[in-house]
Amino acid sequence: MREIDVSVITDTIEKMCISANVHLPKDMQKGIKSCRACEDGPIAQTILDQIIQNFEVADTEQVPICQDTGMACIFLEVGQEVHFTGGSLYDAVHEGVRRGYTKGYLRKSVEADPIRRGNTGDNTPAMITTDIVPGDKVKITVAPKGFGSENMSALRMFKPSAGLQGIKDFILETVEKAGPNPCPPIVVGVGIGGNFDHVALLAKKALLRPVDSHNEDPFYAQLEDEMLEKINQLGIGPQGFGGRTTAVGVNIETLPTHIAGMPCAVNISCHVTRHESEVI
Amino acid sequence: MERHIDLPLTEEIAKTLHMGDNVYLNGVIYTARDAAHERMTDQLAEGIPIPFDTTDATIYYVGPTPARPGTVIGSAGPTTAGRMDKWAPQMISLGARGMIGKGARSKEVIEAMKKYHGVYFGAIGGAGALLAKCIVDCELIAYEDLGPEAIRKLTVKDFPVTVLIDSEGNNLYEQGRKEYLEARDKE
Repeated sequence: MREIDVSVITDTIEKMCISANVHLPKDMQKGIKSCRACEDGPIAQTILDQIIQNFEVADTEQVPICQDTGMACIFLEVGQEVHFTGGSLYDAVHEGVRRGYTKGYLRKSVEADPIRRGNTGDNTPAMITTDIVPGDKVKITVAPKGFGSENMSALRMFKPSAGLQGIKDFILETVEKAGPNPCPPIVVGVGIGGNFDHVALLAKKALLRPVDSHNEDPFYAQLEDEMLEKINQLGIGPQGFGGRTTAVGVNIETLPTHIAGMPCAVNISCHVTRHESEVI
Repeated sequence: MERHIDLPLTEEIAKTLHMGDNVYLNGVIYTARDAAHERMTDQLAEGIPIPFDTTDATIYYVGPTPARPGTVIGSAGPTTAGRMDKWAPQMISLGARGMIGKGARSKEVIEAMKKYHGVYFGAIGGAGALLAKCIVDCELIAYEDLGPEAIRKLTVKDFPVTVLIDSEGNNLYEQGRKEYLEARDKE
């Protein structure tokens, strides 16, 4: 049994919230730059240049890349040999978010009630997902998620007879409907299988995977490539002004599912797709 | 076409702006998002005036990050304009003919733009660090309790925008994509 004081969790999350909002992950930087290299639309090239300039300015001047510093999505992979001391783990996570968003001059974008609204003033609560894994380590991933793209995401409960074509059509339809709203070039996180609640989380987790990585299953790796190609034939382009680069990547994750169903969730993310991980 | 415009956005200037023009804005603009729009229109219905002069005004749909000490403003890129469609026709009818945002607009908004010579400008979504450099002054003027959604009076210098929809209703999202696809398919 390894003891970890929850204050370590707070300190780590505070630091990661600030860093994740200021430094675009290397895989995204590389992805956007390689899209720029093969972009054939003249307006699109200019837009991509400005997007690149923006994340470089944010990086050097320590300014948030985007003003929507998001809801703080926190993923914890907790080793089952770990014993947390010094207080509540989730309180420690929220405290880390509170401190990070305050000290880092990040935007507080969380409303206390979905209908009656009212800003909580410190960007808490965080959206926490916990997985228990073997070992005595804790892996923390901080993924600030903006809502321009979150609002364009979709979930559908397919019948198995819809098949692979049904899934392909749904992904394309969701990207088409999103159009310019989610700040293209986008990253498309797709979850297939599981059930109603797990498929949505699967799509979100797909966005945590580096944009230049592939699903380990060659069938889904090929589907990722095929869907990226099809999305980039739509012509929506950077910012929706027309061009080749509508998406930087498509990441697909799957789960076994029920004999009667084939759930699919498409979680769209913008060109400022942020995620940072650390192991304690 | 490249244009440098001094605000306020008069009807005369608005009529000369065309879809796709790259425009650099200079002068005063006001920030307002969902919560501010809702409160402005609710209060207007109760007879309380809008907290700024809407005549020829330009509204920037933005909720910036807080300014670090020694800076004017934090990151300040546009939010999705479609969420303001519910209130925009009324704001346009009150003279606030300029809008800065990103994303598609409703038929009702475009009709109001045609009627009152409105212009919908696009700033690059997600380029908040870069756009903040063109904001030289920021003053919170109303609804402080709304936090990032409070109304701020911004002074901008060569603030880069593109005309997404002009006062005749021409729409860059439709045209730009169409032209790209036509050029691509010709090859």
